[in-house]
Amino acid sequence: MIPDTYFSAAPDWTWWIVPYFFIGGIAGGAYFISALLVWFGRAEDRPVIHAGFYIATIGAVIGGILLILDLGRPERFWHMLFLNQDLPRLAFKSYSPISFGAWGLMGFGAIATASALGAAAAERRFGLRPFPWLNRGPFWKALVALGGFFGFFVAGYTGVLLTVTNRPVWADSPMLGMLFIASAASTAAATLILVGRRRFHTATIEWLSSFDAAVLVFELLVLIAFLATLGAAIDAWLGWWGAVLLVGVVLAGILVPLALHWRPRWFDAYGRRDAGRRGVWLARLSAERKVASAVLVLVGGFLLRLAVIMASEGIEHARLVRETLP
Amino acid sequence: MAEAMGFFTDTTICIGCKACEVACKSWNQLPARDGGAPQLTGLSYDNTAKLDGIHWRHVAFIEQFDQPYDGRWLMMSDVCKHCVQAGCLEVCPTGAIIRTEFDTVVIQSDVCNGCRACIAACPFGVIDVNPVAGTAQKCTLCYDRISEGLEPACSKACPTDSIQFGTVAELRERARGRVRQLHADGQEDAYLYGADPDGPLGGLNAFFLLVDDPHVYGLPREPELPSARLAGSSFFGAVGAAVLAILGVVGLRKRRMDELASEPAVPAEGEP
Repeated sequence: MIPDTYFSAAPDWTWWIVPYFFIGGIAGGAYFISALLVWFGRAEDRPVIHAGFYIATIGAVIGGILLILDLGRPERFWHMLFLNQDLPRLAFKSYSPISFGAWGLMGFGAIATASALGAAAAERRFGLRPFPWLNRGPFWKALVALGGFFGFFVAGYTGVLLTVTNRPVWADSPMLGMLFIASAASTAAATLILVGRRRFHTATIEWLSSFDAAVLVFELLVLIAFLATLGAAIDAWLGWWGAVLLVGVVLAGILVPLALHWRPRWFDAYGRRDAGRRGVWLARLSAERKVASAVLVLVGGFLLRLAVIMASEGIEHARLVRETLP
Repeated sequence: MAEAMGFFTDTTICIGCKACEVACKSWNQLPARDGGAPQLTGLSYDNTAKLDGIHWRHVAFIEQFDQPYDGRWLMMSDVCKHCVQAGCLEVCPTGAIIRTEFDTVVIQSDVCNGCRACIAACPFGVIDVNPVAGTAQKCTLCYDRISEGLEPACSKACPTDSIQFGTVAELRERARGRVRQLHADGQEDAYLYGADPDGPLGGLNAFFLLVDDPHVYGLPREPELPSARLAGSSFFGAVGAAVLAILGVVGLRKRRMDELASEPAVPAEGEP
């Protein structure tokens, strides 16, 4: 039987929205990791904390721009925040993810910017003088905790937004929010590893790397739960986007990075065998396995958003596909 | 508030003339698709294909023929259902979608910013972007006409009264009578889709008389509000966030423990 979700229309959330989901996830995840290190880390973690704040701020700004570009009428983007016919009343709906998401992204952007300013001042960038209340102390720690919460929100509401529709795949399982949160954390850790592999303390990089591995395992379990709860809509994956999910996300984006983390010797063996070009390539992969793993996690995280969105976007209204249905 | 107004579309007397489509496009000044270039869909005599931002009425042609000369046509003039609990209205972040004094659901084009949340939220696939306006559009139940005491363009043009306009209460009464009449005449599969105020979405102010499964007509059997999925999805999101926080804290704790274990033991001197 065809699920009822196959009788809805696709919203054409595509080439601006896929990168937004990816970058927004990294931004939210990066802030969350920084918040963890602020609360439970120590002095050597400072450079990662600051990098997390910078990434979160840049991601929030780019994300906002992508969202505005996606609108049919970009000049009216502020209608999301204020009721244009009833100023200055706010446009806020607690039951509409796109509405509370717009506000959540605003709040996240504000906190991330404040945190990044505090970090930049502490590093004496842009000629700023340090303002300690934005870089240490109880107020700052409370702000960072709130930002960490917002980080999770920005990373996860996008999945909830897709579920709170009537579209195939998205609305058929309640797991998308959780899946996007997991992917946000893994891609953020990968981004931090790439950004700071030469600058961060070795112990911090090691922690990021093992955190990423643990998150990838969780992500794989959530992905399986997502597919298992789709019901009849699982058919949507019998095609090109299913192949992308299996090869790009599961194999390249999760399993190979996990192998690089836990079984690096598998890749050493290829290098030692000196099997022509392939051997050289794999030897390099093994030498730079943290970089290789991070790049693959990022590619997998992007392909996850792409596959989840496009698998549903490609589904036409059921009447157009089979003229006489049952 | 005025009385709730709506449509009763009796598909058994639709002849597929598409006068409703033409009247709708004409009155609402909806643009042609692709500058008027002809498009053949291959879906019987239906080249409109679906409801969208520039087609607010759509006559579906459904051919049910196992053998030549042995079967039937089903024709249905589809339209926005003006749901009593409307998914589009619920998700619209700008307040562009409103419920009018006639209990109908209208998108204000000058407020909409084209985010397209309503398109994905509608369980019937009614809404789409009007490429000229850049905003989401759909049937307004001719708000401009009914405010002036006129009948909507489509029902006015319908030559067989397959589309009837009136107060929802009166239309339901009339529709139930029509079902009884069809049952008495031997058409026992006739039933009303969306006429039950206790049914899905609190009933549809534009409801239909059908003679086959809703899926045959391109309609969902049990349309749902998107917000029905909000609590479950948010709950799992929160669980995911909690798991990640625990993974992070446990990892950081383990790092400290490992370091303490690898450091040479020193005599304890008070608090660390």
